Amino acid sequence: MARTSTMSSFWRGVRGGLPFLLVVTPFAALFGVLATEAGLDLVQVMVFSLAVFAGAAQFTALQLMQDNAPTVIVLASALAVNLRVAMYSASITPYLGKAPLWQRALAAFFLVDQSFAVPTLEYEKRPEMTIPERMAFYFGVLLPITPAWYIFSYLGAVAGTALPTGIGLDMALPLTFIAMVGPMLRTAAHVVAAFVGILLAILFASVPHNLGLILAGLGGMMAGAQMELILKRRANHG
Amino acid sequence: MDDTTIWIVIVAMAIASFLLRFSFLGLIGDRGMPDWLLRHLRYTAVAILPAMVTPLLIWPSDPEAAPVPERLAIAIATFAVGYLSKNVFAAMGVAVAAMVLTYWV
Repeated sequence: MARTSTMSSFWRGVRGGLPFLLVVTPFAALFGVLATEAGLDLVQVMVFSLAVFAGAAQFTALQLMQDNAPTVIVLASALAVNLRVAMYSASITPYLGKAPLWQRALAAFFLVDQSFAVPTLEYEKRPEMTIPERMAFYFGVLLPITPAWYIFSYLGAVAGTALPTGIGLDMALPLTFIAMVGPMLRTAAHVVAAFVGILLAILFASVPHNLGLILAGLGGMMAGAQMELILKRRANHG
Repeated sequence: MDDTTIWIVIVAMAIASFLLRFSFLGLIGDRGMPDWLLRHLRYTAVAILPAMVTPLLIWPSDPEAAPVPERLAIAIATFAVGYLSKNVFAAMGVAVAAMVLTYWV
């Protein structure tokens, strides 16, 4: 009985994860292509995708390595972009916190936007789910997207070695980031954070060792957080 | 960009990414984070990604890169479509179309 309900949770998770193939496959392929163009070999591309498993952070590291930024800055920036997974970790803990440690460790390794968003919605909708059912659903969501991320990174890397260099690919990474950022700007606070980030990046462009980027990022974060407070205060008074 | 640097970045990112993900789920439990920290974390990606991109558009390192006004025009079109449609792929479609027009027409 318990086994069948765990299995049905698993398959519900698979169905929840399937639509995200449309998002995951092109990004994985693009990462493979651009990483190869940037000078990574096939093994490096694959280990990167296997071990890090974080799209935007991988693109960020790639861009900054190409700019010859110091390693510390590469790491700080890429991790800053990926800081949201710490928030996901915090938000999903009430649901999965009582699972065995090895399962939590495995779940943590694969914690990405999709494996946070789809299960959290499901857990809210069905509070009666047991811990094994929740875990089964979680890994169900990952079943389609994880292999796809690896396979398409590989296909992209193979395609990348066949492409000639210097066909305007210097713009491909920046444009990828711009395309990602547009849909992220859901509130006025997001817009303020982005705008202050841009302004400070221009002002601090001559700060050595790409430190300007870190300063601009911190400034943008603070501006966004302040704007959020202002909006909340205004909503309370109005 | 040399091999050692690439491997250092990959290994360090792998470890640090896991620690970020494991932090609460594995170690801290549901003790929660202070509000002010969560409030700042919400804006990391939207602050740092545009900050990284802007200097690349204004001061391209590649001498054969497209001229700055054209780069900015493509960037603004991509951003506008992404912002208005809330759709990454619509934005990327516009970016590809604009690149093709700029480089090959």
